[in-house]
Amino acid sequence: MIRMPRLSLDLPAIETTDLRKRYGAVDALAGLTMTVGRGEVFGFLGPNGAGKTTTVKLLLGLARPTAGSGKVLGAPLGDLQTRRKVGYLPELFRYQPWLKAREVLTLHAELMGMPGARRRPAADEALHLVGLADRAGDLVAKFSKGMQQRLGLGAALLGEPALVVLDEPTSALDPVGRVDVRGIVRTAADRGAAVFLNSHLLSEVEQVCDRVAIIDHGRVVASGELDDVLGQAETQIRVTGLSPSDLSAIERFGTPTLEGDLLAIRPMAAADVPDLVAQLVSMGVRVFEVRSGRSSLEQRFLELVARDRPPAGTPSAPRLR
Amino acid sequence: MLTIAKLTIGEAARRRVLWILVILAAVAVSLTAWGVSSLITAAREHGVTELDTKFAVSQVLIFIAFMFGFVLVMTAAFFGSPAIATDLESGIAQAMLARPLRRSSYLLGRWLGLAIVIVGYAAVSGFLAIGVVGAISGYLPPDPLLPVAYLAGQALVLLSLTVLLSTRLPPIAGGAIAVVAYGLAWMAGVLGKIGIAIGTTTLIGVSDASRFLLPTDALWQGVVYGLEPAFVISAGEGQFVARSSPFFASSGPAPAIVAWAVIWVVLVLALAVAQLRRREL
Repeated sequence: MIRMPRLSLDLPAIETTDLRKRYGAVDALAGLTMTVGRGEVFGFLGPNGAGKTTTVKLLLGLARPTAGSGKVLGAPLGDLQTRRKVGYLPELFRYQPWLKAREVLTLHAELMGMPGARRRPAADEALHLVGLADRAGDLVAKFSKGMQQRLGLGAALLGEPALVVLDEPTSALDPVGRVDVRGIVRTAADRGAAVFLNSHLLSEVEQVCDRVAIIDHGRVVASGELDDVLGQAETQIRVTGLSPSDLSAIERFGTPTLEGDLLAIRPMAAADVPDLVAQLVSMGVRVFEVRSGRSSLEQRFLELVARDRPPAGTPSAPRLR
Repeated sequence: MLTIAKLTIGEAARRRVLWILVILAAVAVSLTAWGVSSLITAAREHGVTELDTKFAVSQVLIFIAFMFGFVLVMTAAFFGSPAIATDLESGIAQAMLARPLRRSSYLLGRWLGLAIVIVGYAAVSGFLAIGVVGAISGYLPPDPLLPVAYLAGQALVLLSLTVLLSTRLPPIAGGAIAVVAYGLAWMAGVLGKIGIAIGTTTLIGVSDASRFLLPTDALWQGVVYGLEPAFVISAGEGQFVARSSPFFASSGPAPAIVAWAVIWVVLVLALAVAQLRRREL
């Protein structure tokens, strides 16, 4: 078992302040301020061209910020030695096709500065973790895209890094592979690593992340605990026989709104639903359907990123970057 | 840096480049042996003097060196022009450079690995060809190490140039620029020799400027000088035809120009490192 040096749990894994990146006339990142703690799975969401990959490249020192500052594991962005403790799966995952899977990982172990005797066991452990143990001796050239992404995930997890940065880690994986990745991400977090998960697959993020930030046009439009970003639960009831003047009678359950035959009460705890239905029935209202829950991350994401975005094809629609 | 150099040599071996170079060297040396053997047989049949035969063999050797030098330079261009560009385009470089690997170590490691392959190819092919010709004809250049070293030097200059171009340009563009630059430098060298023979300062100036910008032709002069027997040098020195020929050299390159070639490689690699450092990945 290869163990990387442990850092203080008080120290954030990632800390950025007003981080900016400009490519020509385009603001790829327009002032990012965020903190990712140790042992936390942080979902970084956004539509294509929002600035997600730019952020990752700045964090890893592959690109330089135009302004602002940041720290990774307590060291300034781009610090060479800190990269020993950072694992990275790039969005464009490509590894030397003429190497065998195990050789790719031993190469990365060598680049990390791992002692020679530890490289092969660490590589084998990582291959086992991502389900490629039986393909360790195969050339990467023979791998499918999904297997190459698994290999990249193995490289990112090599040597138990303190921070794992995954850029769209399931883009080439089948549903079984996606479930595997969720398990792997949680395992990494459980052993104390911070996982920075860059994705636009919202269901994946919803299932695995502790906190999220939603980014659009290079700016964070929402961030926090998953519950905070998703908002409070609401109840939707399809009814007849209810008029707007009757709504005051049910305000004790939450703020009601009535659009046609759809009554929505927000926020509202699911435990109050039977009492609300009983109240409505006692008022002579006929109840046809009751749905209780909160917005999915996808709904919330669309609300946030679509509200200032004109329909595609209109002259003022923003260009994809 | 050594990790990347080792990786680069491993890549050349796995991609069968090394084997192809070995086979090409064997074919070239076999053809050389056959050609020189035929030349010796024909010379003996026609009663050509020993001295004339020696002259002919040295000229054949210089011509073979010219062809081999061209092949070596092309090999360097083919190796160097995708060295960085392909890794960046594919994303292989990004995965490695997110590790604690300096961009300078990555670039210099790639250069070193390719340089070892190219110098190895030059040494094996060059010494084998000289040795085989010596065994068949009895003619050995005064110092066989010198022409092979200059041949390898030419290739290293081109390798450095293509690695520099590879930090910014796609492989085909970088390779094309380097090959054209090499051709122009060689032609400028020919013009310079004519300029010296007829005493025209303009042509000499063009040649000097060309050697400053790309010192391959100066190194070619070293190859020719290193392969010539002493009597050819003394006989050709006063002759206009000989002095203006790119296949004759009355002296090796001046130590200053050899030193400049070394400094040139260092400067070009430093520029390549600076370019890669500035580049956003």
